[in-house]
Amino acid sequence: MQHVEPGDVAWMLVCTALVLLMTVPGLALFYAGMVRKKNVLATMMQSFSLCALISVVWMVLGYSLAFTNGDAWIGDLSRVFLNGLGANWDKAFTLGAGTANPLPMHIPESVFVMFQMAFAIITPAVVTGAFADRMKYSALLLFMTLWSLVVYAPVAHWVWGANGWLNAMGIADFAGGTVVEINSGVTGLVCALVLGRRLGYGQENMAPWNLSFAVIGASLLWVGWLGFNSGGALGASGRTGMAVLATQIAAGGATLSWSFSEWFLRGKPSALGAISGAVAGLVAITPAAGFVLPGPALAIGIVAGALCFWSVTVLKPRLGYDDSLDVFGVHGVAGIFGTLATGVFAFGPLSATEALPNGAYAGGLHLLAVQAAGVMATLAYAGAASFLLLKVTDALVGLRVSRDEEREGLDIVLHGEQVF
Amino acid sequence: MARLLPYLLLMKLIIAIIKPFKLDDVREALVPLGIQGLTASEVKGFGRQKGQTEIYRGAEYQVSFLPKVKIELVVPDSLADAAVEAIHEAAHTGRIGDGKIFVLDVERALRIRTGEADDAAL
Repeated sequence: MQHVEPGDVAWMLVCTALVLLMTVPGLALFYAGMVRKKNVLATMMQSFSLCALISVVWMVLGYSLAFTNGDAWIGDLSRVFLNGLGANWDKAFTLGAGTANPLPMHIPESVFVMFQMAFAIITPAVVTGAFADRMKYSALLLFMTLWSLVVYAPVAHWVWGANGWLNAMGIADFAGGTVVEINSGVTGLVCALVLGRRLGYGQENMAPWNLSFAVIGASLLWVGWLGFNSGGALGASGRTGMAVLATQIAAGGATLSWSFSEWFLRGKPSALGAISGAVAGLVAITPAAGFVLPGPALAIGIVAGALCFWSVTVLKPRLGYDDSLDVFGVHGVAGIFGTLATGVFAFGPLSATEALPNGAYAGGLHLLAVQAAGVMATLAYAGAASFLLLKVTDALVGLRVSRDEEREGLDIVLHGEQVF
Repeated sequence: MARLLPYLLLMKLIIAIIKPFKLDDVREALVPLGIQGLTASEVKGFGRQKGQTEIYRGAEYQVSFLPKVKIELVVPDSLADAAVEAIHEAAHTGRIGDGKIFVLDVERALRIRTGEADDAAL
């Protein structure tokens, strides 16, 4: 039995804090800066409330469904209310102990639960950008509780659970290209379609009220993402360092490629464009960090920036849906691209083990096909399940505020407060 | 008395709408003339410039009210023409949106602290 390594524990706790920082205040500021003045507090409340809500949901049931052995589709109930954590609280944790595919770590299970909890929190928080300015608060809480258990937990189990079917196929998803990015992106798209456009979309001025908030939020996302992506190594190692480096390079490349695309085609390199490009690059490198070398990381970033610039400025207006803050256009599109690119660029030796000295994951046609299967499965399942959950939520509490309430603004209508 | 009023007026109110970044230039042009004070406000409006277009992630918004600065000052009749000319020169860029200057008659002025009236209050 392996032992607990203090260095690994310390690093994973740092990563946990960094990932939590991405949601509060990172995403809260990033999104709140892009909405109109009447919806600022309501937007921040979405991220903040999800931080609280999903902590409890994860403790009660989510973790057990995602990471216990179970079967190929979903975990079992052996860790409901984190039951059993006390028995081995100071022992090194092995994910999937007793299965054919165990993953021994040098951290106790409490650290693993907490690190994964931060992921379970940020994923639904990303989705909120799609329905900004119009969803009821009660609907948010109900929908996201259901979504966390019915969509997030199973998809996390498929990809990262010891018995998960995508894991068994050999999918390479280091930090959540499918579980976090495609999952939130397609859910955002379905939310935007089911809730419908904001009142006055296309006619009224919906310019961001304070982009400096968004720049600060995106900057926190950038720094936090170093922990988000490298924590996938589940310890402090050479692979961890490579994941941090790849993340930074991709973010830089994507920021530049979005900015230059915009400068060439629209005349000015905007601040909103620069931060959008950074997020696109960070999303695209998420599945790849820890699998790729710096060169491919740069290529992934550069393509992701230009691709997402196209998806939000050309594709979205052409399709006509109102994904308020471009959850699908950035997270969905870059997540799909990054997951596929990992199948091409994965450098085998980075994932080498004693049993497989040449690496468990190497780019090629086979890996690319597995990655494509993961993309399709996540798109199809998250899309369909989110649609059903939205219909259930609508029937129980109603999804959208009334016309008059939407005009007045969610801050005063939902929370009885105003930003100033 | 009412008929005589125009001949007794000794003060002018000058209102100028200018580009915000010209405020300091205008102030520096007015002070040497002996102007003792002015009031500046941040305002929004439109004229022939008709606003501007802003683009956010590809979504274009026509912003129809542009930020301007409005300055108001009351001066003795004798200084009015020089003050208008000073503002004109200092606020001029030659581009659309430079703004406008209006001159109005003022009936009374009173300094609250001392009770001084009219020219002495300016």
